[in-house]
Amino acid sequence: MDITQIIIPTLLLGGIGLVLGLILGVAAKVFGIKVDEKITIVRDLLPGANCGACGYAGCDQLAKAIAEGKAPANACPVSSAASKEQIAQVMGVVADKTEKQVAFVKCNGTCEAAKDKYEYIGVKSCKQASLVPGGGQKSCGYGCLGFGDCVKACQFDAITIVDGIAVIDETKCTSCTQCVVACPKSIIEMVPASSSVRVRCNSLDAPKASKDNCSNACIGCKICIKQCPVDAITVENFLSHIDYSKCIQCGKCAEKCPTKCINIYE
Amino acid sequence: MTDLLLLFIGSILINNIVLSRFLGTCPFLGVSSKIKTATGMGVAVTFVITLASFISYIVYEYLLVPFELEYLYTIAFILVIASLVQFVELVIQKTSPVLYSALGIYLPLITTNCAVLGIVIINVNSKYTLLESVVNGFGTALGFTMAIVLLAGIRERIQSNNIPKAFKGFPILLITAGLMALAFLGFQGMIK
Repeated sequence: MDITQIIIPTLLLGGIGLVLGLILGVAAKVFGIKVDEKITIVRDLLPGANCGACGYAGCDQLAKAIAEGKAPANACPVSSAASKEQIAQVMGVVADKTEKQVAFVKCNGTCEAAKDKYEYIGVKSCKQASLVPGGGQKSCGYGCLGFGDCVKACQFDAITIVDGIAVIDETKCTSCTQCVVACPKSIIEMVPASSSVRVRCNSLDAPKASKDNCSNACIGCKICIKQCPVDAITVENFLSHIDYSKCIQCGKCAEKCPTKCINIYE
Repeated sequence: MTDLLLLFIGSILINNIVLSRFLGTCPFLGVSSKIKTATGMGVAVTFVITLASFISYIVYEYLLVPFELEYLYTIAFILVIASLVQFVELVIQKTSPVLYSALGIYLPLITTNCAVLGIVIINVNSKYTLLESVVNGFGTALGFTMAIVLLAGIRERIQSNNIPKAFKGFPILLITAGLMALAFLGFQGMIK
């Protein structure tokens, strides 16, 4: 075998690459337009996950919007407080302190509490299972199906399926809301991280049906309303709601809740 | 002249790059949700394919053939197309910011569009001359634009239709694309 058979192609392709590279290099100098320095600095301070939680197509677009003043300096819900402050410094504004939000699964229908209506042997995906008559195999039509569409959607490894339902690790949650979008049952909600008393149920069934379907369900008994000293709780469609802006986290409602669907989180 | 015209029309209708050769289906399905963006993508692809047909012919004929390195054409063409797209992006960014923002992300996406590489390789394998290559490239790109704009039009209509839940989104889109491909089969016998 002749060595030139290797050398010539290498040189030729290398040469083409070199020439094209040079042309591009020169073109970048000649045609280059000045990009606002702020864009690059802000871009470096953003997390770079391109999760889209801010509403822009990606971190690049958000950086551009922040630099142009179209978006506030704290528009990224994912980045840490420290980097938000740095971005605010670059932009010369004071960052508004925003309360950290975390995703919360409004269901406690564990394998134990909520039985299956039938055996589901289709594609292991919540989205597919929710299309089956009855909205999935779970006895409660509002509950978490536990196939983990949210786990796949989470880019930060914050969700695990424990005992048939999704559980969110709030220390890892960056409030990017990807899981909220991914859940076909819409049972994941963004709540303030500081809130500790939450209703862990999403069932709008009548009390009897709710109770039959799941032993952890909210039955709309309104005992919590009577317990609450600050009127933070309302019951609508047999489901209790806590207004987190009013809640003082005294935990009295959770104490008296007969099905323990109101939980206290540490 | 008649040959060129036939080649041109054939590349648009009969050998439609998406619907008959099944190349470039990624942007075909991905960027066809609105007629406006579909047109933008079509224009960008037309621009790049026409230029790529021209330049890759020169590279092939005057660099690869003299050194008997025809077997390297794939990698050489990828090199040419990728740099070409980068170069075009730089030039457009400087000279026409309006066009640049209209094409947006689609321009860099074309770098990895198999329709571009596909048509360049088809040009070489069919032993087209320089003029034929450019005409074939331009026609193919127009065919791509037509297909993607047609699909975008259908998709905009479908939006307001009552589709069964199981068919919503991609399933109905794939069925639509499949029916379009079937319809384009009807052109097969047009030019012998």
